[in-house]
Amino acid sequence: MSETSAPLLSVSGVETYYGNIVALRGVDIDVHRGEIVTLIGANGAGKSTLMMTICGNPRARHGQIVYDGTDISAMPTHEIMRLGIAQSPEGRRIFPRMTVMENLQMGAQLVDDKYFDDDVKRVFDLFPRLKERQVQRGGTLSGGEQQMLAIGRALMSRPKLLLLDEPSLGLAPLIVRQIFDIIGDLNKNEGLTVFLVEQNAFHALKLAHRGHVMVNGKITMSGTGAELLKREEVRAAYLEGGKH
Amino acid sequence: MADTKDMTAPASTGRAWENDAVLTVEHLTMRFGGLTAVNDLSFNVGRGDITALIGPNGAGKTTVFNCVTGFYKPTEGRITMRHGKVSNDFIERVTDTGERYRVEGNAGVYLLERMPDFTISDKAKVARTFQNIRLFAGMTVLENLLVAQHNRLMVASNFTFGGLLGLPGYRKARQASMEKAIYWMERVNLLDRADDPAGDLPYGAQRRLEIARSMCTDPHLLCLDEPAAGLNPRESAELNDLLQFIRREHGTSILLIEHDMGVVMEISDHVVVLDYGEKISDGDAEAVRNDPKVIAAYLGVDDEEEIEEILEEDAEIAKAHARGEEVSDDVVMPEKAKAKSKAKPKAKKAAPAKARSEPVPAAAGATPAPAMAGGLNAPRDGKGDNLTRIKGIGPINEKKLNAHGIFHFDQIAAWKAADVKQAEDYLAFDGRIKREEWVKQAKTLAKGGDTDFSKRVDKGAVPSSRSGKGKGGSK
Repeated sequence: MSETSAPLLSVSGVETYYGNIVALRGVDIDVHRGEIVTLIGANGAGKSTLMMTICGNPRARHGQIVYDGTDISAMPTHEIMRLGIAQSPEGRRIFPRMTVMENLQMGAQLVDDKYFDDDVKRVFDLFPRLKERQVQRGGTLSGGEQQMLAIGRALMSRPKLLLLDEPSLGLAPLIVRQIFDIIGDLNKNEGLTVFLVEQNAFHALKLAHRGHVMVNGKITMSGTGAELLKREEVRAAYLEGGKH
Repeated sequence: MADTKDMTAPASTGRAWENDAVLTVEHLTMRFGGLTAVNDLSFNVGRGDITALIGPNGAGKTTVFNCVTGFYKPTEGRITMRHGKVSNDFIERVTDTGERYRVEGNAGVYLLERMPDFTISDKAKVARTFQNIRLFAGMTVLENLLVAQHNRLMVASNFTFGGLLGLPGYRKARQASMEKAIYWMERVNLLDRADDPAGDLPYGAQRRLEIARSMCTDPHLLCLDEPAAGLNPRESAELNDLLQFIRREHGTSILLIEHDMGVVMEISDHVVVLDYGEKISDGDAEAVRNDPKVIAAYLGVDDEEEIEEILEEDAEIAKAHARGEEVSDDVVMPEKAKAKSKAKPKAKKAAPAKARSEPVPAAAGATPAPAMAGGLNAPRDGKGDNLTRIKGIGPINEKKLNAHGIFHFDQIAAWKAADVKQAEDYLAFDGRIKREEWVKQAKTLAKGGDTDFSKRVDKGAVPSSRSGKGKGGSK
C-alpha cells in the first residue's frame, strides 16, 4: 500500500512515435484508485496508442509512466501485466483457435487457481452468451461475442487497473448498456479502477468520474464526466454529429 | 424478352422491397455441424433502397452476409440477385435448368448460392466490406483501389501481354481505372493520403477506404458489415452522407449490418431484424423501432430519447429564467436532479451486481413480462391512463410499463422504494424515476390534478408524449 493520495497510474509528458510520425505529443493523465477515467476523441487522435504505450508496446520515447509507485515506462509488457494491469484491446484480439473456456483460462494465468471457478461463474453471469458457447473455438464466435470474450478474459486476471479499449465496438445497444452497467458495478462494488477509451462518448462520460478529450495526440480538455457532457464543444464534436 | 412484360407493378407505394427487389433471400438456412446459425430466413432488398440488417450479437447477421457474397455455401435456400426488371417466372425457369445465372436483354438473374464467390462480385455485381477490416495493409491507398479493378485491367491488357506492349486499349483502361480510383478517394476524403500504406490509416479512414474499394467494382448491391463501428457520432454522420450519395448518384442498393441506431434509423428505408437466426421483425425504420419484440431483444431504452430529454429540460430552465418567472417546483426539477444524481449511484449500485446481470428475456414481446408489484393483467375498465403525462415517461416506456401490468397513475403513486428500484432496473434508468419524481407526479395525477408538464402534454406541446387523458390515441 503506497500513500493513498498518489494516483494509481500517472502518465506524464509521454511522447510516442511510430517511426518518425508523432502519435502522442506529451500526454499527462492521472488515474486515481477507485476511479473511472475515460478518454474520448476522434479516430486517429492517439487514444489507442496511449493505451498500448501504457502496456509498453510501443514504448514512450519521452516522459514517464508510473503505476502504483513503480516506473513502468521501460518495463517489459509481461512484467507490467504481473503488476495487476489488464487490457481488453481494440479489435477483439482473442485466441481464435482456443475455446472460450481456454481463452478465459489464459486470462487467469497469473491468478491463484482457487479463484478460477468463481471468476468463470462471474464472467458467465455477466455474459450468458459465453456460457452457451463455452466449448466453441474463439474464432467461430460472432464479432460481438468475441468482444464479450475479450472483456471477460481481462476480468479473469483480477486486475487492479482495467484498460478497456472501445468495449462497445460492434455490440448491440442493449449489450452496450449492460457492459457500461457492469463496469460501473465492478467499480462501485469491488473498487476496480478503470481507464476507458470510447467512441460512445455519451455513455462513457455518463459513467466516468473524470474525462479527457484528446485531439491530435494531445489532451485538450479535462473535467468531470458531467462537466464535459455539458460543454458545447464536446457536444458538437462527439455527441450530436448524428443529428440533423 | 417476354419475361420483362409481366413484371410486378413499379414501386408506387414506395415499398421497393415488396415491388422491386434487387436481392431476394428465400428460406435461407445455414448450419455449422449441429449449430444452426440461420434458420429459414426470407427477406427482400429493394432496388435503390438502403436496407439495414440488425439484431443482437450472434444473431446470424454476418452469416447472412457470408452466404450472400459466396463466402459460405448455404445449407438450404435460394439467394437471387436481379439486374433490371425480372419476373418471378424467369427466376423459376433459371432455377429449374441448373444454370448459375442467365442474362436476357437487360434482365439478368443470378442465383448466388450456386455461383463461386469470385464470380459474384464480377458478374452478379455484389460487393462487400468486412466487420474486421480486410484491406491490403502493406499496399498504398491507391493500390488498394486499383486491385479492386484488377479483373478489368487484366482483360484489357490481354492478360499481361498487351500491357507489356503498351497497347492503346490497355493504356485507356489504365487511365480509366486511375480516374475511378481518384474519384473515390475524393469522395471518401483520402486523396491526400493516396500514397500512404492502408495499414497506417486510422480506423475510421480504413473503413471509408473499404467502402471506396468496393465501389470501384461498380456494384449493384453494396453490402456493408458494421460500417460505423468505431466511428464517433460526427464521423457516423459523414458516413450517412457518403452512403446517401452512393445511393443517389450511383443508384447502388445498400444492405448494411449496423448497431449504431443513429445510422440505421436515419438513413434506412427498410429494416430487417434477426434474433437467433430467425427474422423477428421486418418493415420501415419507424415500425421496427416501435416493435416491442425488437425493443425487448435488441434496442432497450432509446438513448436519443434520453439525450433529447436532457436537452429539453435544459432548454426549459433557460426559458424559465429568461422570462424571469417564479420558477415553479416542476420546472426546477433538473437542478434538484443534479444534486440527487450525486446520491443516486450509491442507492443503485450498492445493490448486488447480480440484479442486473440476469439474462435479458429474449423477445419478451411474445410472452407477457413478469408483472410488477401491484401489476394488473389488464387495465381497469379496459382503459389505462395516459402515462406519458408523467414527465420522464415516453411512449416506449409506457409500453414497457404496460407489459408489466402498470396502467394507472395510482399504481405508480403506490410504489415503494423497492418498486422504484425494480422499475429502474427494468427500464435501465439509473435513478431517473426518483430524480424525476414519477411517484410524486403520479400522486397528483391520480387525484385528477395536473402538473405543469401534464398541462403541456394535454395541449399537445410535448412531442415525446401523447395528448389526451386516456389511453386513446395509442398505436
